[in-house]
Amino acid sequence: MSASRKQILVDPISKNNPVVVLMLGICSALAVTAQVKPALVMGISVTVVLAFSNVIISLLRNTIPNRIRIIVQLVVIAALVIIVEQILKAFAYDVWGQLSVFIGLIITNCILMGRLEAFALGNTPFDSFLDGIGNGLGYTAILLIVAIAREFLGSGSLMGYTVIPESFYEAGYMNNGLMILPPMALIVVGCIIWVHRSIDKDLQE
Amino acid sequence: MNKNSNTYTFIYASVMVILVAAALALTNGLLKEKHNKNIEIDKMTQILRSIKVEATKDNAENLYKANIKTAYILNSNGQVVDESQEATFGVDMSKEIIRPLEERQLPVYEAQSEGKTLYILPVYGAGLWGPVWGYVSLQADRNTIYAVSFSHAGETPGLGAEITTEAFQEPFSGKVLFKQGDFRSIAVLKAGQKSDNQDAVDAISGGTITSKGVEDMLLSCLGAYKAFFEQVEAEKKEE
Repeated sequence: MSASRKQILVDPISKNNPVVVLMLGICSALAVTAQVKPALVMGISVTVVLAFSNVIISLLRNTIPNRIRIIVQLVVIAALVIIVEQILKAFAYDVWGQLSVFIGLIITNCILMGRLEAFALGNTPFDSFLDGIGNGLGYTAILLIVAIAREFLGSGSLMGYTVIPESFYEAGYMNNGLMILPPMALIVVGCIIWVHRSIDKDLQE
Repeated sequence: MNKNSNTYTFIYASVMVILVAAALALTNGLLKEKHNKNIEIDKMTQILRSIKVEATKDNAENLYKANIKTAYILNSNGQVVDESQEATFGVDMSKEIIRPLEERQLPVYEAQSEGKTLYILPVYGAGLWGPVWGYVSLQADRNTIYAVSFSHAGETPGLGAEITTEAFQEPFSGKVLFKQGDFRSIAVLKAGQKSDNQDAVDAISGGTITSKGVEDMLLSCLGAYKAFFEQVEAEKKEE
């Protein structure tokens, strides 16, 4: 794989991360990160939808009439999201039950529209595919960090398994119920951005 | 070809919409059977959970057949109107709860546990984002709760969605619906609140509206079975 292609794939994971650098998709990062499992499935779903809608739009990029390009993008995203939802409902019914509304909300995730407009409309299908995977992974990474912090501190568990030993609770330790509430997700995202920017000085404005 | 002409745009949009519609219809058609099967198995698993039988999606059907031998539909006077298992299983609670009480079909599933009869009653109500529902199993006195299982369509994970957890459902066991001969249902209360004349369980922090929804659901859905519950008292008097 050439260096420039590698960059397309790796850049969005940290340096051009859609959530903490471009500030896209924050809403779903707040909504589904109370537990790790839904966050993971959400991340995978967004990655799949993003990669394939990028490829489709890239293939169509020379035929799309400019005046209705946003509508075309939305139709492609919506169709893919519905297909993903149908597949989850058929083959992973319990996960579908857990995510339900949030799957539909992938349609409104700004990362998708953002990547289609900024990248897929001007690049080849393979590059667009890599861009989609890269951005999806960048999104998933942030979701997982936030979800691990929230589930660990808020419920004392990870992926649903209790990890804080019983003896801690007996000694007076208490789960922080505030961590489960959406505002704490925003604060955790804020902390990630702070750390991220103090490591990568280029990003400071 | 002029890509910015109205004709091109119009044709492009029409073809796109038709193709997408066909693709979606095809996906749905291919997966429909699997969806319905999943929904059915999910329902069986929930019913079994309300009598403390844990089923996986592979053994749910067999366990259901082994445990639920009788099922029937009642009217609001507590009389049996349909004794077929299939009809009972097929009752759509979302449609029943909006009908007036006199016209409602009230399903009852019967299970046996250690030689005693358990009655399983479906409940259906509204949470914060969508419907919540569940199954309540009562002991033979038709008053004491044996166990419950709740489900929801779209409550917030970590908040309202916690109604499906053991921690929320376990305290329902052993609670009674009647106090001093009157139907009271079960209250779902925040820690620190007290209820007079009524058994209560703890609500979920941060899931107030969902907790309230569960409380209302129990009151209205179980209330419809009042005549059925009171049959036990009547039978006792006859003896």
